[in-house]
Amino acid sequence: MNTFKPVLTEHIGQPDCHTLSFYKSVGGYTALEKILKMKPEDVTQEVKDSNLRGRGGAGFSTGVKWGFIPKDSNKPKYLINNADESEPGTFKDRLLMNKAPHQMLEGMIIAAYAIGCHTSFIYIRGEFYKEYKILEKTIAEAYENNILGQNILGSNYNLDIVIHRGAGAYICGEETGLIESLEGKRGWPRIKPPFPAIEGYLQSPTIVNNVETLSCIPHIINRGSSWFKSIGPEKGPGPRLFCISGCINKPGVYEEPMGISLKELIYEKAGGIPDDKQLKAVFPGGSSSAILTAEEALDVKMDFEDLVEKKSMLGSAGVIVMDETVDMVQACLNIARFYAHESCGQCTPCREGTVWLVKMLTRLVNGGGKPNDIDMLFEITDNIGGLIDFSKGSYGKTICPFGEAVAWPVRSLVEKFKAEFLEYLPEEKAVA
Amino acid sequence: MNSNGKSMQGFTFVDPERVEQIFSQYPDKKSATLPLLHLAQSQHGYISNSVINTIADLVDCHPAIVMDCVSFYTMLYTKPQGRHIIQVCQTLSCSLNGADSLVDHVMDKYEIKPGETTADDRFTLMKVECLGSCGTAPVVQINKEYHEGLSTQNFDKLLESFE
Repeated sequence: MNTFKPVLTEHIGQPDCHTLSFYKSVGGYTALEKILKMKPEDVTQEVKDSNLRGRGGAGFSTGVKWGFIPKDSNKPKYLINNADESEPGTFKDRLLMNKAPHQMLEGMIIAAYAIGCHTSFIYIRGEFYKEYKILEKTIAEAYENNILGQNILGSNYNLDIVIHRGAGAYICGEETGLIESLEGKRGWPRIKPPFPAIEGYLQSPTIVNNVETLSCIPHIINRGSSWFKSIGPEKGPGPRLFCISGCINKPGVYEEPMGISLKELIYEKAGGIPDDKQLKAVFPGGSSSAILTAEEALDVKMDFEDLVEKKSMLGSAGVIVMDETVDMVQACLNIARFYAHESCGQCTPCREGTVWLVKMLTRLVNGGGKPNDIDMLFEITDNIGGLIDFSKGSYGKTICPFGEAVAWPVRSLVEKFKAEFLEYLPEEKAVA
Repeated sequence: MNSNGKSMQGFTFVDPERVEQIFSQYPDKKSATLPLLHLAQSQHGYISNSVINTIADLVDCHPAIVMDCVSFYTMLYTKPQGRHIIQVCQTLSCSLNGADSLVDHVMDKYEIKPGETTADDRFTLMKVECLGSCGTAPVVQINKEYHEGLSTQNFDKLLESFE
């Protein structure tokens, strides 16, 4: 493979890289000019051919998703940019919005054009206030320069973009929860089907794409789908923003080709573990992915397929590194507490089960564990998330994949670090 | 409450033009609910019953529907808060990088627990879940702004700058 050169973050760090004049000076909006002369279905085909898969977590083919928009529908079509980044360990969309907002906007306009959308939304998490203000400026610049509004760049195409702020709810990153929230309701995910491409925002065909996914689009248009496909594994190619945090010397966002080894990412790119401590465990794709032991982590490639084979997932590419000093029972409680707080409360197994997990783990760390607690933890996680294979796309006992997102990390932590959980049991109660 | 079940002291938006602008951005009224709640909270400090009634009237639905929405989102407050809201992220990467000691610091220094406000209304302390800034852990949001990579010492200085 040729030496990889960053694509999405190439200009990040240069002064004024967030401005329109800077973006134009490095070829910004040439992809938009190009597609405005293309048929929308040809734009979708180009993206389909690139094998771009969603960067938000689910990893679904972007072009295929766009293709689901019904051709014969008279209803308005909507594009929503999912900027509700809230998966623990993930902070790449925030970087893109801060430093390369026009790249994202160009991707949005191209996507909107491809699906025939004339009103589009950016759903940004409420806490990202600074990024919200930046995007306001980005959009104002675009309107002033005929990049948004009526007859964009002299074409017949019209598009308005509205920024919509969330108000603090992890579940609104799930696309149907997001749509409910945009409609002014609590962010309760919908039962699928119908999928949003058929019935989404206000019962109209809707596409929800992540910030990083949309940021890839101008580059695919400019350099072609075969260029994109040549980066990393063909089934899930392209540049990827890996977020590394936890016990690590140089935490941050690293843009690397899909399929880089996790070992290289941790030890070469991010400088390894402070004080030369030993690696203990890694969440490879946000806290919703199954945890990897050090041994597993050092032998995995960061792409969709390899991580599924290791019974985890690439998710949002949020890598959380834990060294030998980390107490895995405490880590498990931390994660369980997150999910208990963020459970939307719609489905009983998740609403009740996440709270039981927190209560049981709290009791365990406080020395009040009972001999059958380990079995009970398995039972509860299986009841929330089922024993479901993510790769088959089927969900367990809850309406949305949040159930699996709790069950996977908690169950894998207990399974892989069982000895540590047993150590917390009062001695007389411990059973082999 | 009066006999009609409506709050006697009504809430009014001070910037009706902004309200109109918000409505003009959406194809339906109810989608304006969250933006209006944000606007009301920035004016009023929290979401009171009269705020809920006003917004329900504007978006044309029962107040219970608006209340249902309010109760779902952590950033919407149904009670008055301190002048400055300290939100310490406590999720894994921040926790691994010392977030707990930041919470302890506020608790010791201002004698408040998470969820409480100082007697002089200066600070409200909250423990929150992932703020999406794990690469610069530990992270604290004070009012609208993120403060990243904090040590207890930096944090202490920072707190002093809020009156």
